[in-house]
Amino acid sequence: MSEPILELSGIHTDIAQYHILQGVDLVVPRGGVTMLLGRNGVGKTTTLRTIIGHWQTKSGSLLFNGADITSMATPARARAGIGFVPEDMGIFSDLTVEENMILAAASGPLDPARLESIFAAFPPLSTFWKSEAGNLSGGQKQMLSIARAMAEERQLYLIDEPTKGLAPAIISTMAGALRDLKQKGASILLVEQNFAVAKALGDTAAVMDDGRIVWAGQMAELANHAALQERLMGLSMEAH
Amino acid sequence: MATAPGHAPKYAQLSLIDSIGKKMPLLLVPILVVLGFLLIGSTSSWLTLTVSGLAMGMMIFIMASGLTLVFGLMDVINFGHGAFISVGAYVGISALLALDGWTGAPSLILNVAAVLAAVIAAMCATGALGWGFERVIVRPVYGAHLKQILVTVGGLIVIEQLIQVIWGPDEIYLTRPEMLKGAVTFAGAAIEKYRLLAVVFGLALFVAMRLVLKRTKIGLIVRAGVQNGEMVEALGYRLGLVFIGVFVAGSALAGLGGVMWGLYQEVITAGMGEEMMILVFIVVIIGGLGSVEGAFIGALLVGLLQNYVAFLEPKLALISNIALMTAILMWRPQGMMPVVKAK
Repeated sequence: MSEPILELSGIHTDIAQYHILQGVDLVVPRGGVTMLLGRNGVGKTTTLRTIIGHWQTKSGSLLFNGADITSMATPARARAGIGFVPEDMGIFSDLTVEENMILAAASGPLDPARLESIFAAFPPLSTFWKSEAGNLSGGQKQMLSIARAMAEERQLYLIDEPTKGLAPAIISTMAGALRDLKQKGASILLVEQNFAVAKALGDTAAVMDDGRIVWAGQMAELANHAALQERLMGLSMEAH
Repeated sequence: MATAPGHAPKYAQLSLIDSIGKKMPLLLVPILVVLGFLLIGSTSSWLTLTVSGLAMGMMIFIMASGLTLVFGLMDVINFGHGAFISVGAYVGISALLALDGWTGAPSLILNVAAVLAAVIAAMCATGALGWGFERVIVRPVYGAHLKQILVTVGGLIVIEQLIQVIWGPDEIYLTRPEMLKGAVTFAGAAIEKYRLLAVVFGLALFVAMRLVLKRTKIGLIVRAGVQNGEMVEALGYRLGLVFIGVFVAGSALAGLGGVMWGLYQEVITAGMGEEMMILVFIVVIIGGLGSVEGAFIGALLVGLLQNYVAFLEPKLALISNIALMTAILMWRPQGMMPVVKAK
């Protein structure tokens, strides 16, 4: 079995006086989609923000490609190959779509071939290329947010609730784009509340509760086991 | 490859009122100029006051532009910015006094060269001072507004005292270079040559700043950083370095503004920067935190209004800028063109 792309061991993270992550142990396999699931407020977003470095770990270790990145600053983690799509999308609303994408290519000019494939996945970005990103609809902003993470070669994508609040047609576009990314060999750690999307995309899954990982295994196993879902998350995902 | 759904993408449409409202700040300067013309009555007086107001506005913009970026990008309230204005004035004017052979010569080229040398000296000195100020005074208090106010005011006082130690406690009077003295007459109005130069200089700087901010990658990083610094870092950029660069550039611009203001007033004092900070903060606040365009429009409004009101009703000139700030904040509590929300 190949070395995991990311390993979190005993991660503790505080936000102000709150002890949010209380010893997260998580292994993200190389290639494929790992779903990070759990009820609201259990620490999923904090886990992603800790991995990218927006929150500093109080203790524990983070290994990316086998290298310890625990004390590395956010820009260095990004340059090491971690892409981040935050829950609020992080769009620079006063910049145009083009400017957002130019910024996303931190190491040099945008690769035309890569841009073509992004346009094929998200045609509205081509249509509104010169428009201010703040004027895009919610779905288009989410497309831009994911496209920005795809503007450069990344080994691991951290994506936080990409389908939140989107219309079904846009959700299918998002899911399609993430499936393409997966087929190209990328590793994705995905926080997602939409069970249909989680079931369709997830290869492995980890469930959080109270700032810890309480279950980890194959997504198919979780998806087909209503009692397990009920025990771990207090609900059946099919019914959700 | 995934394809987009079969729906036609829609652009979020702004209503007519929203569209006009968004551009309204751009119309304020022409509206004020026309209003000034109607109230003043005399074309020559209006023209003189307008050029004077524009020149004053440009110099305030030069001093405020750096501060608004520091405010917006770094969330730092830097009262020490006033010290950079004073130091810039003293260094620049010292350079001009040392180049009296050039400033006294009846040659436009030599005169402008002397001013440029003074400007470069002032910008280098205040840029270096800004670098030290950021590392020693500001860096330990990032994210703590109250502490920022206390330590930067402390820094301002210390630097003002150092100016008095180095250059003496008395104000220094100066005369402008030979070819920048006097006025030109246009449409019956006497317009000081130096004020015209200040307008041209300020405009050129505004255009240059816009080009850098809009057309270069570093400009993109700065604009994006003002909106969402965390996301800029998540894309791989070291925002800490950008912070320092912007702080140094903002300090250098304050120094440039100090030289220009010193030449405008023909006298410099250690406390001149502190006095200017009231106008500079008004401009930054009414322009909208982090907005260079907002600061530009705000500075022109402040300059023009002060000159018009001083002519029409001198007693009201003292409160005209506070009244302007109050009116604008009642209309737009975040300022005219905010890039970041007030924190």
